[in-house]
Amino acid sequence: MQEAIGRAGTPINGGSAQSGSRVMVEARAVSKHFGSGEQVVKALDAVSVGIREGEFFTLLGPSGCGKTTLLRLIAGFEHPTAGAILLDGADISGLPPFRRPVNTVFQSYALFPHLTVAENIGFGLEMLGRPKAEIAETVAEMLQMVRMEAMRDRQTSQLSGGQQQRVALARALAPRPKVLLLDEPLSALDLKLRKEMQVELKRLQTETGITFVFVTHDQGEALAMSDRIAVMSEGNVLQVGSPTEIYEHPADHFVASFIGETNFLTAAVEGVDGGQVRLRLGGTLEVRAGLPDGMAPGPSVTVVVRPEHLRIADRDAGEGLPATVSDVVYLGTDTHYHLRLAGGEELFARVQNRPEGGEAWRVGDAVSAGFPPAAVRVLRD
Amino acid sequence: MAGPAAPALAPARTGETAARAARIRRNWLLATPALVLLLLAASGPLLVVVVYSVLEPGEYSGVVWELSGEGWFRVLFHRDIFDDTLSLADAHLTIFWRSASISLLTTAITLVLGFPTAYFIATRPPTQRMLWLFLVTIPFWTNLLIRTFAIMEVIRNEGILNSWAMKLGLIQAPIQILYTDTAVLIGMVYVYLPLMVLPLYAAMERLDFRLVEAAYDLYASRWRVLTRVIVPLVRPGIVAGSILVFIPSLGAYVTPRVLGGGKNMMISNLIELQFGEGRNWPLGAALSMTLLAFVMVALLVYVRNMSKVERRG
Repeated sequence: MQEAIGRAGTPINGGSAQSGSRVMVEARAVSKHFGSGEQVVKALDAVSVGIREGEFFTLLGPSGCGKTTLLRLIAGFEHPTAGAILLDGADISGLPPFRRPVNTVFQSYALFPHLTVAENIGFGLEMLGRPKAEIAETVAEMLQMVRMEAMRDRQTSQLSGGQQQRVALARALAPRPKVLLLDEPLSALDLKLRKEMQVELKRLQTETGITFVFVTHDQGEALAMSDRIAVMSEGNVLQVGSPTEIYEHPADHFVASFIGETNFLTAAVEGVDGGQVRLRLGGTLEVRAGLPDGMAPGPSVTVVVRPEHLRIADRDAGEGLPATVSDVVYLGTDTHYHLRLAGGEELFARVQNRPEGGEAWRVGDAVSAGFPPAAVRVLRD
Repeated sequence: MAGPAAPALAPARTGETAARAARIRRNWLLATPALVLLLLAASGPLLVVVVYSVLEPGEYSGVVWELSGEGWFRVLFHRDIFDDTLSLADAHLTIFWRSASISLLTTAITLVLGFPTAYFIATRPPTQRMLWLFLVTIPFWTNLLIRTFAIMEVIRNEGILNSWAMKLGLIQAPIQILYTDTAVLIGMVYVYLPLMVLPLYAAMERLDFRLVEAAYDLYASRWRVLTRVIVPLVRPGIVAGSILVFIPSLGAYVTPRVLGGGKNMMISNLIELQFGEGRNWPLGAALSMTLLAFVMVALLVYVRNMSKVERRG
């Protein structure tokens, strides 16, 4: 996962999903600047990323991180300030959107209000000059695929949000693009519908085998649906990897904090041997942890421990860090404990509630916060 | 909850209804002066014209209070003053034809010129749009007659256009533009262009340009995006602009009078002639009604178009 840092000129192919298949979309050191002079905004800063054929690839990051800009560059709505976009090996940077075999599902759906559902879905094929019979056949097929047969002749204004979403999907899939781009397509839907559509999208991707490039700021959505995720921030790709890699081996502080909840701790470096490092936490606890490739640690490093990996025990029974319970939040499936360490650092622990009840800690209890050595991840500086 | 609350709510609602009724009454009252003025100013003269069109012409001017179909008859037919033989009123038909064709051409040309202009303005950043719209309306600051004389200055034989073209060696002798239908057309396009641009802009400003992107994405070339997405979506603006240009073009008086000289008349000039030198008020009135009929037909087309657009929602 460490080769994942996306900097100038180095195509990234982290992750394990479907390794060996060829690259369908490639961004080569792509920069995109908006404005000029003093007010120039660097939406993308020499980003390189490779998206493989047939994978569900997610661009994940907070708003303004450049994920939508990258998507629009692939679609052809924007043109790179520097670098190149390759589709299936060919440089498409100079092509207008209508010459790229790539379709987009827009955040606003952007269905044509003057056309019916079927006319919307058939629009792309009609523009490609396909024969009428073929268009009708594909439209019927698409309507069936998104389960909208009954809505065939409706005006799009008569559809609900979820239905419009399905039509937008069918319209973008009908010309069978090499790549389907999805720009936060689920953000306008309510929670229940969003969960349904996540499953639906995944199903469509598997059924059609088309490469999906999905843009979202919702890390849960990204983890649930993606084969691989590119985490972006401030115009850079920070890490590319499978959901497991991204969650369990975050490359840096930003990725660790953006994906899920986590605890950051400062650890003193006691010694390095090979890829391993001996660390001292809170002055007392010694742990061994793996180092990211090629990292030469200074006198101290930042480590992360996920809240679900923390184990709370009585102060005298445990071998962890001495702590005091500062807050308890009961959430049904889990209980969240906020702990304060002797040094004043805060820890957050998530404990799954068991049928037998088990131990429950109260605010003010003196406890010990422990974790298995494997839970400790060293971050790059 | 519903039980005890219901009686308390009922009087409140009647109070609200009464207040709304009072508000509506007051609004009607406020609108009354304008409504009365409109009613008198629009229907009064119209009634006079309708009545005059079915009376006998007076000897020098005005009307004689005797019923006659002669005014209407002479809109289309000519009666020879010596032997009373009937023939089609060629002069009138020519004028009708010229009016209709110049108006249609004016509409078409302003549409072709106004469409890209409106598109340009609608695609500017919002802060700049007001400036561009302001520039479009500048010609309205000057009196129509003065603007028309300015056009005359440009196109006359010794005018800017001809003298420059001769200086540049494009032509050897001045081209006669003034006092031709072309001159009238140039003047009308100039005068009515803003009336086309403004409604077109209003429609395009509301256009969701993400739909344009979606069409590009779905393999539509620029031309197809225009014809298949932009034009259908801004159609209400196209229709409104066309009507706004076509109707006043049909009734144009000053422009054909000044730029067309005496000969190249349009309907309004013909009507004026009947009330003036022609001394045939009933014919003038009947011609006025004919013009009105043309306008009504145009408006009918417009209304039918709009309701079709609304039904499609």
